[in-house]
Amino acid sequence: MYRQGKYPVVAKKAIAKGIFDITVYCPHIAKLAKAGQFAQVAAEGYFLRRPISICDIDKENGTLRMVFEVRGKGTEKIAELNVGSLIDIIAPLGNGFTVLEGKKAVCVGGGIGTPPMLGIAKQYGENAQVISGFRTAGIAILQDDFKAAGCEATLCTDDGTAGIHGFVTEPLKARLESDKPDIIYACGPAPMLKNIVALAKEYGVKSEVSLEQRMACGVGACLVCVCKTVKDGEQFLSHVCKDGPVFDGEEVDFS
Amino acid sequence: MSERLKVNVCGVEFKNPVIPASGTYGYGREYECLYPLSKLGGISVKGTTLKPRQGNQGPRVAETPAGMLNSVGLQNGGAEKFLNYELPNLLTKDTRIIANIAGASIEECAELASLINPSAVDMVELNISCPNVKQGGAAFGTDCNVAAAVTAAVKKELPDKPLMVKLSPNVTSITDIAKAVEAAGADALSLINTLLGMRIDIKTRRPILRNNVGGLSGPAVFPVAVRMVWQTANAVKIPVVGMGGISTWEDAVEMMMAGASAVQVGAAIFADPYAPVKMIDGLEKYCEDNGIANISEIVGTVQPW
Repeated sequence: MYRQGKYPVVAKKAIAKGIFDITVYCPHIAKLAKAGQFAQVAAEGYFLRRPISICDIDKENGTLRMVFEVRGKGTEKIAELNVGSLIDIIAPLGNGFTVLEGKKAVCVGGGIGTPPMLGIAKQYGENAQVISGFRTAGIAILQDDFKAAGCEATLCTDDGTAGIHGFVTEPLKARLESDKPDIIYACGPAPMLKNIVALAKEYGVKSEVSLEQRMACGVGACLVCVCKTVKDGEQFLSHVCKDGPVFDGEEVDFS
Repeated sequence: MSERLKVNVCGVEFKNPVIPASGTYGYGREYECLYPLSKLGGISVKGTTLKPRQGNQGPRVAETPAGMLNSVGLQNGGAEKFLNYELPNLLTKDTRIIANIAGASIEECAELASLINPSAVDMVELNISCPNVKQGGAAFGTDCNVAAAVTAAVKKELPDKPLMVKLSPNVTSITDIAKAVEAAGADALSLINTLLGMRIDIKTRRPILRNNVGGLSGPAVFPVAVRMVWQTANAVKIPVVGMGGISTWEDAVEMMMAGASAVQVGAAIFADPYAPVKMIDGLEKYCEDNGIANISEIVGTVQPW
């Protein structure tokens, strides 16, 4: 179940260079939305919508928060929207993360794969550790949001300008050794996801990963957004928009 | 909805002339939460092959100015799944159902037709124009003799259903193909399928599509489609269903004036899932405002200089 419409932007700020944080008032959509789902956002003057993950959902106030990076001219156009502008979205789309009530989770975000971790981490509060990795300190986003949600926030940077100097897999491995969580959620570059799934498997922990792919319809009709998956030894070309964007880590073929 | 929009295409009556195009609307399931499918004139469902097909590797889509390239490669669950799972559901939707079929050989197309013939679909659209498959596809639609042979073979196995043949624009003379297909027994034509195109990522020097090339659709192709529909409608006696970049009711009117008895809408749905219903409402109002008793009155009424 999803909706399409034009909804007002009620908050907007640049939270790092080229990274924007917008809040949209869309009560019908907020009511339906789950952590891990995404929106297809129209970029004026461009033919295809841009898939943007939902960062956070405020059902009470009827808002969705989306944090996105300007990657090209389409996202640049979306970043030009201001408070009061109408944003044309189709949402909520895709399947979202599976929530294990009363369990412990580790949420791992790599770069712009970090925003979808907020919605799911919030549902675990202090039972969630959020490990996020960025190239450098200047683009290390959302750390305060994770802390405000009661989560343990572990920051890594590739260049050592903040937090742990290294990849997210290092603190993840340490955590798996010391206090195994019940589930690992991850979103980020494919090589990172591949390593996380391998670690999860090694330690016998369930993992869910959120993938991205170039899309057109966003709802499962056009079949363009394929990713390789494996189930019961059989290979499939699944669709990120409808079968995902969240997949069981062990079902994704990262080859 | 009034009688104003009713159209007849080779004996099949559609409540209005707006039909989502094959491959852009799945089997309707994805859009039902927005509006009832009964609003639509019909649905040309996702292309069906004899056996299930996985399609091409990704990426399968690239944006272009006012359009997009796709290289899906006919991913579908095969004829059995269509007939046993998708069709029974579609038949409850109170709209015309057009089965779209494609095969890698003439024999395969004929076998598919024989499977579809006893079903309850309203019409069959034979795809001889898919640019994204290595066998069959556009290879059937770019040679008059082959196009005629596959049409005749399918028609023979389809005694109970009207046959519409979907043509490729990637030809020197679309009217030659159209006439060959008409002579071979087609009851209607639909055009245009996508135009073969390519985009390259200048950073990686790689084509954006994993298949290197793909089919161009969207508003960018609309003028080409209007021209081809106009030429074809003037060259054949059988009805023509027009498609290619139609996004608004004005585009639909234009396409009908060029000679289309009905229209199919594709890529526009990705930008706006309500596009087909907005088009239907717009056509209704257009008829009202212009004192048109039935939309068919405008078909082929362009007055060329």
